[in-house]
Amino acid sequence: MTGRPARLTAGSDALAGSMVAAGCRFFAGYPMTPFTEVLEAMARLLPEAGGVCMNAESEIEAIGMCWGAAATGTRAATGSTGQGLALMQESLAEMTLARLPLVVLHMARGQGDYFQATRGGGHGDYRLPVLAPVDVTEAVEHVALAFEWAERWRTPVLVQGDYYLAHTHRSVALPAPAPLPLPPPWALDGSSGGTGAAKLLSPLGSVKQRDARGAEAGYDLAVHYRACAARTGEMLRTIESRVEAESVEDAELLVIAYGTPAAYVRAAVRDLRAGGMRVGYVRPVTLVPFPYDHIARLARGSRRVAVYENNTGQAVDDVRLAVDGRVPVEFIGELSTDPSGFGVAPDLDVHLIGRRIADLYDRKVTP
Amino acid sequence: MTERRALPVVPTDSPPACAARLVHDFTPGLIEVGAHQLCPGCGEPIAMRTVVEAVAELGLTRSSVAVFGIGCYTAFSNNLDLEVVQALHGRAPSVATGVKRARPELTVVTVQGDGDMVSEGLQEVLHAAARGERITCVMLNNGVLGETGGHMTATTVLGQRTKNTLDGRDAARHGHPIRLATLLAGMEGAVYVARGSVDSGANVRRTKRMVLRALTAQQYGFSFVEVLTMCPTGWFVETTRAPGYLADHHAKVHRVGVLKDEVERVPEGTPAGVPEEGE
Repeated sequence: MTGRPARLTAGSDALAGSMVAAGCRFFAGYPMTPFTEVLEAMARLLPEAGGVCMNAESEIEAIGMCWGAAATGTRAATGSTGQGLALMQESLAEMTLARLPLVVLHMARGQGDYFQATRGGGHGDYRLPVLAPVDVTEAVEHVALAFEWAERWRTPVLVQGDYYLAHTHRSVALPAPAPLPLPPPWALDGSSGGTGAAKLLSPLGSVKQRDARGAEAGYDLAVHYRACAARTGEMLRTIESRVEAESVEDAELLVIAYGTPAAYVRAAVRDLRAGGMRVGYVRPVTLVPFPYDHIARLARGSRRVAVYENNTGQAVDDVRLAVDGRVPVEFIGELSTDPSGFGVAPDLDVHLIGRRIADLYDRKVTP
Repeated sequence: MTERRALPVVPTDSPPACAARLVHDFTPGLIEVGAHQLCPGCGEPIAMRTVVEAVAELGLTRSSVAVFGIGCYTAFSNNLDLEVVQALHGRAPSVATGVKRARPELTVVTVQGDGDMVSEGLQEVLHAAARGERITCVMLNNGVLGETGGHMTATTVLGQRTKNTLDGRDAARHGHPIRLATLLAGMEGAVYVARGSVDSGANVRRTKRMVLRALTAQQYGFSFVEVLTMCPTGWFVETTRAPGYLADHHAKVHRVGVLKDEVERVPEGTPAGVPEEGE
């Protein structure tokens, strides 16, 4: 696959372009900052590529439309930001049980939605893979990966972005358009009607009652839910969790961050390293599956782990699960946002983050 | 007048000479299992039968997708020989939109109840109609949340007793019923809107004609058939009295008839779909 030449592109345009290149042919969304520009770009690009972009009347309808398109085997995607994603959660939960692929761009405001993204705001017993790109270049790769995982595992996949990812211009090379896949065998095309084996796509299971045995031959929810759980377990084991790590070999203090703020943490760690401080940087790239083993291994040699996030501390729970009490874990992030509420955090500042890391290092790491 | 025939006396003092056998299976072709688990006297199986028979008669069996909402009729997603997408409560019109836009060549029909379509999902059906979405929506209206156990919905008529309007629906306390077909008939994107009923043989046949017309109308725009159905269990009415109750109460508010028939009014092409690769 040869990419197209790099061009200075807004993050939203790059995300839209990479979705179309990855074979997305159905998109539905409802405008909401900072997701809006992705929708605008899809409305421009998708009809040109022979696809459909729906201006849905709400986030609930947007994901409903995607549900229908996905059922026909069309590569579908939607997106929103926090509150809008909250409205989509019921469908996300049910689409997981109905085994329908979907890519969801969660252009979050700040990092307050970590739990929503990784635990699922929906009902029931389900997990979705979550990718958290640090910048536009990585987001473009993640979009293709998300479609691949969505189809392989027949599940919605979340790409966790934010205001910076949507609005930053960056020189990116979009991948060459991938050939459109053939509709998978489970996809509906109407043709199985009247054959005695008509297809059913249902969150309650797709095994049909085909004889006169009554209820026993129909839905068996326990069987269905167990099969879903087994598949999710296999998915979480099979998808290799990803991390980016720097200066970790001799680090006494390990600083963990994800998404856009991780770039600021990485810069701060580099500065502190240049000043002789033994600090390391680790970024979970996949939030689900979370890189528990990687972080456990990396934290083994350090004396303390710090977590930076723009919230009151959510991923810190996952980091604590990873180190399992062997190393103290400190939260050094902050709930902070600009007055507009769009998550352009005023404390996202390399020097400020550097001072917090240095304070912790001086206070607790150095004897 | 012919003389009343006397039934032959069947001797019961000896076992029958041969085992009982099925003389004729009246199950429609697209219903795979004759037995359903709905209550005796329920109107939904009859309404569902008009839909599947209409699909078969129009030769659409191998080119249709049904989208089901949540309600008692959901049980049929499990034993119909039609391709079905099971949607969430209220969301079938959006899901049907996705199916139709992705595969414009398919005939797409939704089945929802009144709790599903009017109470939970009113916005969805209104927007689908406004968009002139080329789908057919069928609403089975029995005026209660039957599967939940007989509670008020947005179509419950004034005075009707339900589990949460024990003294009867009172406009001052519970608001007025929504006449959905009437509402949809006023929308530009809707080309065919009708309200039928299954309380009598004549009304069943009429409803079937409405469904046939609506499925044909789909190629021109949004089409809608509301079907009044009996729910003796949810109504706390004797099974045999339920059709009469429907006619005397529900059909007085939700009047049966064709409300709009402008088929072929919008002859311009279908919404853009997803073409095959290489086009």
